[in-house]
Formats: sequence, structure tokens, C-alpha cells
Amino acid sequence: MSDKAVPPVREGIRTIGQVTVPEPVFACRDVNVHYGDKHAIKDVNIDIGRAEVLAMIGPSGCGKSTFLRCLNRMNDTIESARVTGLIALDGQDIHDKRRDVVQLRARVGMVFQKPNPFPKSIYENVAYGPRIHGLAADRGELDEIVNVSLRRAGLWEEVKDRLNNPGTSLSGGQQQRLCIARAIAVNPDVILMDEPCSALDPIATARIEDLIDELRESYAICIVTHSMQQAARVSQRTAYFHLGDLIEVGETKKIFTNPQAKLTEDYITGRFG
Amino acid sequence: MNSTSNGVPRTAAETQVRVRAGLARRYRAERRFRAYGLAAVALGISFVVFLFGTVLSQGLSVLRQGYVQLDIIYDPEVIDPAGTRLPDDLAVADYQALVRAALRERFPDVEGRPALRELYGLVSSAASVELQKRVTADPGLIGQRQRVTLLADDTVDMLLKGKVSRSAPEDERRLSDAQVAWVDALRADGALQLRFNRAFFTNGDSRDPEQAGVRGAVVGSFLTLLITLLLSFPIGVGAAVYLEEFAPRNRITDIIEVNINNLAAVPSIVFGLLGLAMFISFFGMPRSAPLVGGLVLTLLTLPTVIIASRAALKAVPPSIREAALGMGASRWQTVVHHVLPLAMPGVLTGAIIGMARALGESAPLLMIGMVAFIVEVPAGALDPSTVLPVQVFLWSDLPERGFVERTSGAIIVLLLFLIVMNATAVVLRNKFEKRW
Repeated sequence: MSDKAVPPVREGIRTIGQVTVPEPVFACRDVNVHYGDKHAIKDVNIDIGRAEVLAMIGPSGCGKSTFLRCLNRMNDTIESARVTGLIALDGQDIHDKRRDVVQLRARVGMVFQKPNPFPKSIYENVAYGPRIHGLAADRGELDEIVNVSLRRAGLWEEVKDRLNNPGTSLSGGQQQRLCIARAIAVNPDVILMDEPCSALDPIATARIEDLIDELRESYAICIVTHSMQQAARVSQRTAYFHLGDLIEVGETKKIFTNPQAKLTEDYITGRFG
Repeated sequence: MNSTSNGVPRTAAETQVRVRAGLARRYRAERRFRAYGLAAVALGISFVVFLFGTVLSQGLSVLRQGYVQLDIIYDPEVIDPAGTRLPDDLAVADYQALVRAALRERFPDVEGRPALRELYGLVSSAASVELQKRVTADPGLIGQRQRVTLLADDTVDMLLKGKVSRSAPEDERRLSDAQVAWVDALRADGALQLRFNRAFFTNGDSRDPEQAGVRGAVVGSFLTLLITLLLSFPIGVGAAVYLEEFAPRNRITDIIEVNINNLAAVPSIVFGLLGLAMFISFFGMPRSAPLVGGLVLTLLTLPTVIIASRAALKAVPPSIREAALGMGASRWQTVVHHVLPLAMPGVLTGAIIGMARALGESAPLLMIGMVAFIVEVPAGALDPSTVLPVQVFLWSDLPERGFVERTSGAIIVLLLFLIVMNATAVVLRNKFEKRW
């Protein structure tokens, strides 16, 4: 894995702070997103490191979710969306004609804002990814993948006796952990989380946050959140977006204690949001 | 400012006064609306009751049919004067003569050609066919005497069912006084009674009401609908999936969408003319065939199926699509594994409602010749045939009292099919419905 194809960040970008990291999973250079006439993301440059949680914060409509959805090309499904610039996963452009979007999404898992388990059994929810990608040769291997994935998502003890119940019968927090188990069942490199706790109560939220902390050892995690406390608790690096601009990136501790940009400071001190 | 002023209320007490003043009016409006709703429902139900009441009261009697028992002498002189016993000879014999002889034997007093003709009119012309069948099956009957149950004429049947008034003047009813007397005589010794009418369910159409059955129309409807279902379901669902899940949103797809909606509103007879011009004139397919009927009804139901399927696909929450795509499922896998199964109840309901509409269509089928008088029950999709609603239309046009009854009988059969199909739609929807 080399980053030979990724150019260095050009001079003169407006983002304050350290946007690059050594040996990044994702390297993004001058990424722009347009929805029709709307310029939703403007010249974003950022690296995403291995085994770290990157939190993206910012007021509503600032483009953080849009940017997250660029990383596994979910914006492809929106007809008016146009993404330009370089997004390199392990040094290779994800928009390269030779790269397949299906393969990309198997490497970059996603957890959505609202828990969206398939209306199938718990087992089938987790087994779906391995099935379509042909990861298990027989039922035994599939059982093992489901078992391991549910354990890693901290859900095994709660559902081991009712794997055939529908996934939608679980509580909201359990559903979201099921979605995480579903995402990690295909061994991704990166997990994208789009406000994964916004529909959950504080206890379920705490469980997911603990889980994110555990998963960080194995996966790079990008999390979009509206809760600054959550960003502070779970992330190592934080990126602050404002109206499509990436204003500031840095270590979470630094961003929250000593923000460099005026906009960042105003936001985290609650002057707007 | 006091509480009765017309200004903006400024205190809770003033607001309460205003609220109370308006309460009665609000509840009155609600009660009035409920009454309108109830009246509408009651009107609808009364029409349904009236429809079922008239159809059932006129049509249920079709389940029974008048039969007469006669002592038939299988006279070798009549059946096989040459004594060959060859099937060809047995097939062409004058079996009507046997019936006539049996009637003369039963009523030896009747004399003179006009009186005898009236007497012979009591038994259906189908009787000779029945006797021919018996003799062909068992030539050993020749020379013997046998009590045989034969179809009575439809006029006798109507008299037995009380649908011909005995008190009416003789020249205003189809049975003469003499015939009524013979019928009473036969009934008195149990030789004439109403029995279960199998013929109605096993025969095709006929000029004689007592022989006419719905089998030909039922089989024709079944074949036509089968072809319609086999074509319109896959084509309709395929088109809906493509338009909803794969097609880009642009001018062309907008135009297609508008046109599909327009097609759903095109009068059905226009589709019949299209079918006549395209399938029969251009492609040279046979007239009156269920194949062509099925193709025409496919054109007719396709817009309905497509619109219903698209609505069902649209109702699948986008979060399910995102979940599947986010897992790395291809668009095709997303549709086949998740979206289509979730849309299935709606798709099936749409398809069955389309089929029910196709079952009730008659106008377009008139155009392609399915209105012909066809006695044979069709054996395949290329045989000439008719369908139930067209059969109803044909019979309703005929003057005999027996056909009035059969018209209602055919309507009952048609309604039964419709009820079964709609019930299937409900059952399927409940069975496949999933919560998310």
C-alpha cells in the first residue's frame, strides 16, 4: 500500500490545522460537490488515518454528511450530485474507471442516521453482506461470521437465542448495533457513521460510543455528529465544516480547548449551531 | 375591553368565551359530515344489495333444470333398419322418432298433426343427442325398453319454475293449455321434475336455453386471462422496476410517465380496434381466439399494472435501498433482494385488480370477434371462443325466458370469479406484508 498517486496538499488552502496524517486510509484533495446549482462542498482537503476516529462537526447543512457520503460514493445514487477532485483509498482514486463501486462499498461500510435493518431475521441481516460477496463457503463459515460480527458489535449476548427473529423487532439501540454488525461482517477498512446516535436515547448512545471506541483498534471510523460532547468523547481528530468549507482540522483535544479559527470557536462555544 | 368585544381576546377568560361560542358550530359541522358519509355508504350498500338481490333471485334458479322421464323403446326398425350395427349408421339414425313414439305412447289420446307437434315440443331437441350417445356407447340397448331421463324444453322448465304465468291468456304464453295439461299429468306421476342442472356447467353456448351452458365462456375467460397474466405481470413489473429504480429522471422518462397515465384512461374499445388492426389484420392471428383476447387485454391492463407497481416500489423506504447499497449490493441485487420483495404485496394487488378489470371487459373483445356464437368448448388458446361478460351480453339480447335466467346465472359465475380474485388479492397482501 503506497500513496504514490496522491499529490501533496496544494499551497494556499483555507483550512486551518493539520489536514494530513502519515499513512492515511483516505486522502482527499480539492473535493467539490455540486447538487445541481448548489455548491455543497468546496475544495475540501483532508486525510483520514488508520485506527482513528475522525469526527465531523458543524451546523446543519454545512456539508459534513455530503462529504461522508463521498467516501463510499453513495452520492452516486443522487442524480443531480456531481463530485470532483481526488478521493484516494490506499492511494488509489475511488472514481477511477477501473475501480468498482461495489468493491469500494465492501471496503467502506456505512451506518446511517436512522437504524435501517432489513426486514429480515437478525441472522440474515448480518449474513447478507458475506452472502452477496461470497465470503462464506458453507453454512458453518457463515454462522461463524455472524457470530463474530455480532460479538464485536456487542449484540451477541442479547440476541443469541433469537437470531431468527426479525431485525426490526429489536430496540432502536440494538438495531443500530445490528447495523454496525452488518457493516463489519464484510471486514471493511473504514466505517462511515452518519449521526448514528441521533435517533437513540442516552443509554443506547453510550453503548454505541463505547463500541466505537473498541472498533477503532480495527477500523478507521468517520463519524458525523451534531453532539460536540460525542465528538469530544469518541474521536481523536475533529473536522469542523461550515457552509461547505472545511474550516479547521486537528486533534480533538486541541479543537475543543484551543480552536484556531473564529468560526470554530463560535460553534463549539455555542454561539450558533 | 370586555369579553364580548370583537377584538382579539387578550386573557384566558376571554379566549374561553370565544371557544365556547364556537363549540356548537364545530360539533354541528362534524355531525353533518358524518351524516353525509353515512348516507353515501348506505346508498352504496343499497345498490350492491339491489344488484345481488336481482341477480340472485333471477339467476339462482339456473341451478335446477326440468327433466322428463320417458319409456324409450330402442326400436331396431328406426335405429338400424339395415341391421349393420355400424357406428356410422347408428350415428345418423332418427332418434327424435324414438322420443316422439314414447310421447305418443304416454299420451295415446292425442291426435292430429298440430296437437302432436305441441306434444313433441315438451321435450328438448337435446333428447335425441342423449339417446344417440347411449346407443353408440352400448349397441346392446337396441330392441330394449328403458326409462330415460331427458331434458325438458325450456318452456316446460319455465312453467315448472313458475316463471310462466298459468293465469295468462293462452295466446300470451309460450305453452298452450293442452301443453300445460300434459305437464301437469307428467308431474302427477313423477315423470317430470326439477333436478340439478349439470348442463349449465358442462355445456357451451346453444340456441336452446335448456342446453346453453357457461363452460365455453368460463374456459375462454380462463385462457384469455392466463395469457393476460403471463404477459402483463412480467412486462408490467419489469417496466415499473426499470422506470422506478434504473431510469434517469429526464424529459424522456417524464414523457413516458405521462403517456402511461394517459393509456390507463384510454377507452377499452380503442384497445380492441388496435388489437384488430395489429394482431389480426397485420400479424394474421385467428379471430375470436383467446390468444388475441389475451394480447388485447394485456395492452389494456399494462398501464394499470405499471402504475400500481411503481406506486408500490415508491412506497419502499429509501433507507432500505441505502442499507443494501451501503453493504456493497449492486443496484440489481438491491432491487431483487430487498425492494421488490417489500413492494410485492402492492405489486400483486395491482396485478390482480388489473386482472379483475380484464375479466370484466367485453367491449375490446367484441372488436376481435370473441362475440361469435360458439358451441364448442375451446380446447386451446387458438380455438374460437367467447368470454363470460360477452356471454352475458349475448344472452341478455335473446328473447327466450330461459336466457333471462341464464344471463343472471352467468353474471353470478362472473361475480364469483371476481370475488375470488379480489379475496386472493387481500390474502396475498396480508401474507406478504412486512413492517419496517
